[in-house]
Amino acid sequence: MRHLLSTLDLDADTATELLDTAAKLKATLLGREVRKLPTLRGRTVVTMFYENSTRTRVSFEVAGKWMSADVINVSAGGSSVGKGESLRDTALTLAAAGADCVIVRHPASGAAQRLAHWLSDNGTAVVNAGDGTHEHPTQALLDAATLRERLGDLSGRRVGIVGDVLHSRVARSNVHLLRTLGAEVVLVAPPTLLPAGVDEWKVPVSYELDPELPTLDAVMMLRVQAERMHGGFFPSAREYSIAYGLNEARLRMLPEHAVVLHPGPMLRGMEIASAVADSPRAAITQQVSNGVHVRMAVLYHLLAAGEGHE
Amino acid sequence: MAPRPRGGATEPAAEHELLSAGDVARTVARMAHQVIEKTALDAGRQEPAVVLLGIPTRGTPLARRLATRIAEFSGVQVPTGAVDITLYRDDLRRRPARPLESTCLPDGGIDDRLVVLVDDVLFSGRTIRAALDALRDLGRPRAVQLAVLVDRGHRELPIRADYVGKNIPTSRSEEVSVRLSEIDGEDRVVLRRPGRDEA
Repeated sequence: MRHLLSTLDLDADTATELLDTAAKLKATLLGREVRKLPTLRGRTVVTMFYENSTRTRVSFEVAGKWMSADVINVSAGGSSVGKGESLRDTALTLAAAGADCVIVRHPASGAAQRLAHWLSDNGTAVVNAGDGTHEHPTQALLDAATLRERLGDLSGRRVGIVGDVLHSRVARSNVHLLRTLGAEVVLVAPPTLLPAGVDEWKVPVSYELDPELPTLDAVMMLRVQAERMHGGFFPSAREYSIAYGLNEARLRMLPEHAVVLHPGPMLRGMEIASAVADSPRAAITQQVSNGVHVRMAVLYHLLAAGEGHE
Repeated sequence: MAPRPRGGATEPAAEHELLSAGDVARTVARMAHQVIEKTALDAGRQEPAVVLLGIPTRGTPLARRLATRIAEFSGVQVPTGAVDITLYRDDLRRRPARPLESTCLPDGGIDDRLVVLVDDVLFSGRTIRAALDALRDLGRPRAVQLAVLVDRGHRELPIRADYVGKNIPTSRSEEVSVRLSEIDGEDRVVLRRPGRDEA
């Protein structure tokens, strides 16, 4: 593994290895007073965020620091990006300054892929931390890690991804990864919030949530991404919430063991009711803490391994 | 840990048995007696003062076997655990990503206890160096000792074992392979000389 750009690049073995590493790291660090491993000492990790983020940026930073990497945060606001520097020049500057790994979030789909191409001569690893409406592979990995903790092996499990699939990089990454891991995915959304060409994903699509609920082992609620919406995708927030929001009545329609996920940030009362988000069935804070371990595993596989052979 | 033969058993390599299943059992029993004597385990204390920590993979079952023998001979139940050293290795970047093993400490941790690290083969000493670093992050033991089933020489660091099952002089190109029933389905220690076309 040289970069992590898309969950499509992960085969079942690699994905399972990453998840196993994350689980081991979690167990290793549990209850420790000193949460610091020397594994990435002397390696430099740069996070480059062109979009707002709390949990992703912080958890990458924590992941790097817990493994003793030097972590530098660059945000579009406080850097030369504000003076008009291109993505390519910024990235080449960071690589020239000694970054071993660049973690990038960018509003343009495909930005991470371009970056990996530009940096291919430098040996700098690129991690996609969300590019436009394209992919967010570490989110999918932490969702899978959380589901594995709650449900065990994912093969044969049925996961519903509900809401704004059109604008969701989380949905896209999850569809690929969950299928690679052997789970069945069903997309639930109004027709206006499904991407064109969704049939190429070869997953079942439903416009109605209620009939799907009793069949699901997990339901992943997506945030309605108002910042990417320029037009009438649904009549009103209230109407969306009534048709697709996960409220307490719908929670009762799920099987007893089913897990509720949300990638955050949540819009309480919109796609998920407050009582549901705070119920023990929801694994939302577990997702956040798994995010750190999954990102540690990604950095471990990208930065701690060499070229040699056993 | 010593390099172990992987895959292809068809290579023209010479194998020579160093310890049989009976030898392994006797060696572990003798080491148990030595641990009891050296740590004065049966002197009668309230708290378990000694902890056996195996280094995965084969150090972990060895530590458990030692504890079983120690309980048989002295009546003292010694807690055991495992400490994975992968994240502390100094050669991580020379190899593809290694899978991690489990670390688990007995209840009460290792603070102010006598930790005996247990491994199958002592070779360069680098594994033990990594284990000492790992211990530093897990607590502050009163003292640390080392028990190995086989010492094959060729140290690259100033490290020595307190309990040695068997000293085996080897050449660098040879491989010492410890097989334990918990992992390999048999108890046996084998010296393997590389075939001519491998050397």
